[in-house]
Amino acid sequence: MASGIRDKVAIVGMGCSKFGERWDCDTEDLIVEAFEECILDAGIDIKEIQAAWLATAIEEVHSGKGGIPLAFALRLPYIPVTRVENFCASGSEALRGAVYAVASGACDIALALGVEKLKDTGYGGLPQRSRGVLNSMWWANYSAPGSFAQLASAYQAKHGINADELKRAMAHISVKSHANGSKNPKAHLRNKITEDQVLSAPIIAEPLGLFDCCGVSDGAACAIVTTPEIARNLGKKDLITVKALQLSVSNGTESGHNSWDGSHFMTARIASTRAYEEAGIRDPRKEIDLAEVHDCFSITELVTMEDLHLSPEGGAVKDVLDGFYDSDGGLPCQIDGGLKCFGHPIGSSGLRMIYELYLQMQGRASERQVENPKLGLTHNLGGAPHQNVCSVAIIGQLGA
Amino acid sequence: MIGLSGFGGYIPRLRLSRKSIAEVNGWIQPGIKRLGKGERSICNWDEDSVTMAVEAARDCLDNQNGKQLRAIYLGSTTLPFQDRQNSGVVAAALNLDEALSTIDITAAQTAGTSALVAALDAADGAKGGDILVLASDARRTRSAAQQEMTFGDGAAAFTVGSKDVVAELLGYHSVSIDFVDHYRGDNREYDYNWEERWIRDEGLLKIIPNAISEAFGKAGIAAEDVDVLIAPSTLRGVSAKIAKMVGVSEESLAESLDGVVGETGCAHPLVMLSHSLESALPGQVIVVASFGQGCDVLVFKTTDAIASFKPSLGISGYISRRCEETNYNKFMAFNDLVLQEKGMRAELDNQTALTQLYRRRDMLLGLVGGECDVCGTHQFPRSRICVNPNCNAMNTQKPFQFADIPSKIMTWSADHLTYCPDPPLHYGIIQFEGGGRFLANFTDVDVGNVEVGQDMRMMFRIKDYDDLRGFRRYFWKAAPSNQTRN
Repeated sequence: MASGIRDKVAIVGMGCSKFGERWDCDTEDLIVEAFEECILDAGIDIKEIQAAWLATAIEEVHSGKGGIPLAFALRLPYIPVTRVENFCASGSEALRGAVYAVASGACDIALALGVEKLKDTGYGGLPQRSRGVLNSMWWANYSAPGSFAQLASAYQAKHGINADELKRAMAHISVKSHANGSKNPKAHLRNKITEDQVLSAPIIAEPLGLFDCCGVSDGAACAIVTTPEIARNLGKKDLITVKALQLSVSNGTESGHNSWDGSHFMTARIASTRAYEEAGIRDPRKEIDLAEVHDCFSITELVTMEDLHLSPEGGAVKDVLDGFYDSDGGLPCQIDGGLKCFGHPIGSSGLRMIYELYLQMQGRASERQVENPKLGLTHNLGGAPHQNVCSVAIIGQLGA
Repeated sequence: MIGLSGFGGYIPRLRLSRKSIAEVNGWIQPGIKRLGKGERSICNWDEDSVTMAVEAARDCLDNQNGKQLRAIYLGSTTLPFQDRQNSGVVAAALNLDEALSTIDITAAQTAGTSALVAALDAADGAKGGDILVLASDARRTRSAAQQEMTFGDGAAAFTVGSKDVVAELLGYHSVSIDFVDHYRGDNREYDYNWEERWIRDEGLLKIIPNAISEAFGKAGIAAEDVDVLIAPSTLRGVSAKIAKMVGVSEESLAESLDGVVGETGCAHPLVMLSHSLESALPGQVIVVASFGQGCDVLVFKTTDAIASFKPSLGISGYISRRCEETNYNKFMAFNDLVLQEKGMRAELDNQTALTQLYRRRDMLLGLVGGECDVCGTHQFPRSRICVNPNCNAMNTQKPFQFADIPSKIMTWSADHLTYCPDPPLHYGIIQFEGGGRFLANFTDVDVGNVEVGQDMRMMFRIKDYDDLRGFRRYFWKAAPSNQTRN
């Protein structure tokens, strides 16, 4: 019987570039910017890194394929470097690779780095991509906002919520994230917005308006991980350890079988349940102190709070409007501003979320600091509601 | 007895008001202002002669309980492929048995009637199976051409055979005369037209009446026996003059559909025939004449069986399935009559892997999915392992066609981001009666009028254009059902 990852691996260093329209930066610049902060934080020499994982999703537009872009940028000493791609969960996947490598004893110190340079595509949103020769012949033509927007139609039908109330809850989510992001110097969007602004914004994909959609940006984030023993030997105190790393991937049931109702993410429910079990969490709504979820669109965040078993089914609208997920609420969510304000450089988002939790647990989040958080959760979704990959990671103070 | 054993048709839902054309183009062509009443049918951006032919065929075949077919003859002057059999695409979309002869008949405005003549000639009960005759046209014109006002898009369908005949062929007469009223040469997109007065006086009013009189003789009927005369022309007064010349009363002229549908090219005599048959009584004589480089005239007499045959919607049903379009700019954009900024998202390379298209042709053209032998679950696409999470049996699926299964909308959105020639692009998960679902593009929807639970019907449409290579991809989309006004 597997014992899980809980407390087997510690995070000893993290870094995160400034996210945004980095017209001044190549991929290499973003990688080095995040890594510089990370290696300084870890207090090790680059030669001590024994293996690395690079997450990047749309390699065609920036870095190139394989592990080479990372090895080149950091002049890594001919160590194993693996590129991973799993849609928007790519960054979390890089972390999973590095953490598992350390936990297995295959290496002592490993690096996970995610990077994406979206603003060289020429697109306002995510670029159009080929989907495979068969899929492109029958999959509906759709965009990311259009696919996630469908959650709203199904959620409304299922819970009998009127469109205006749902739209208002969605607006609250974006207003809250912008309020948080305004305090974060690394966020792309740092403006506060109002509910009226959100509600009167142009429609991107019914019922999602411009402010229901996250930004699109460039960025990189990374983590150096090792065993708790080595971390202590490095002089680290108050260790932050990995409690759970789960991933659930759709097998086609949602898109092809009538058992799914379209209002939630099957994968998120499964991945979060497994993650709580791995982390030894019984009542997540009480035990989780902070959550960084995949708020690619406001409606995604709303249904996700139920999928993560933080709000009761059908209860997310009330929790959101009550301010439960606000910075001063019971469970602050997107305390760093989320995808909404950071944008979503695909390969880096998972690690950017971990970075914020890591800072918060060390009391290093300056203006955004919440009081003494011990356990935090990150959540990534890639794909579309009807077929996606979902990662849930939990990190926390050792012993929490 | 040889004749028509069934009939049907299709008219696209969009109707461009002719006033909207006259308002834009009247300044340069004052002559078109007098035509600015009524409307004409126009293909949606995702329709062409092939998709219309498929819908016409379904309209004709729906109530014929899987009638056995041995051939498809498709008449059209606007076929999307010069070298890829267009009627073969239709056959695949209808998911017909591959033991089938398919023939494209083209290059004259008589192509529709020529297909019908050829089928009637070949109809022979001993060979088994009927011949499906389709005529479909979506003729393009330059902006401000007079024909832009008078043309329409549409298709007609008939089954031809010796059993269950609803209209018996009494006789026909064909003439071939190289009278070039217009032509479209190699690599030319639009017709070149000669003077109307000459066409009328030397062409229509000489060639058609002579051929009709010959056909009367061959069919063994007299002019006074004729109940319905179909001799369409967009030129004013010509049909009436022809009736008079051949001794048929003007009241016998079939409804021209001018100002309602417009003249649907080589399909038009047959669209009118199909429309006339909807209300025909047993024992009526119907004469249909076409005009191209010559003339075909066919004489039919309806049988008692006409009373019991109904197409699914028929031409009249499709006429009432109507949505007015007053935006002439949209028509121009749909027909590449204006150089339009489409944005970067339109640059996606839509190359089609022909190997893949061939392997999955029943899925991609016929909307054939699977039915699990073990649990009975319907699923799309057909896969090696059953999608039912409580089954997941391997290699158990037999083909199951979804094209005619009604469905309901489960989720949807109207997307302003994804490139679509007619934004916003609508799509959502549709759930089929009896199981099976997939995320489908919608077509023929009205903005603001889409909702969860709405009833949908699958339609064969163009999915993507590959302008780089001149290819177009077809697939099935969901359209609201019950769009007709009763």
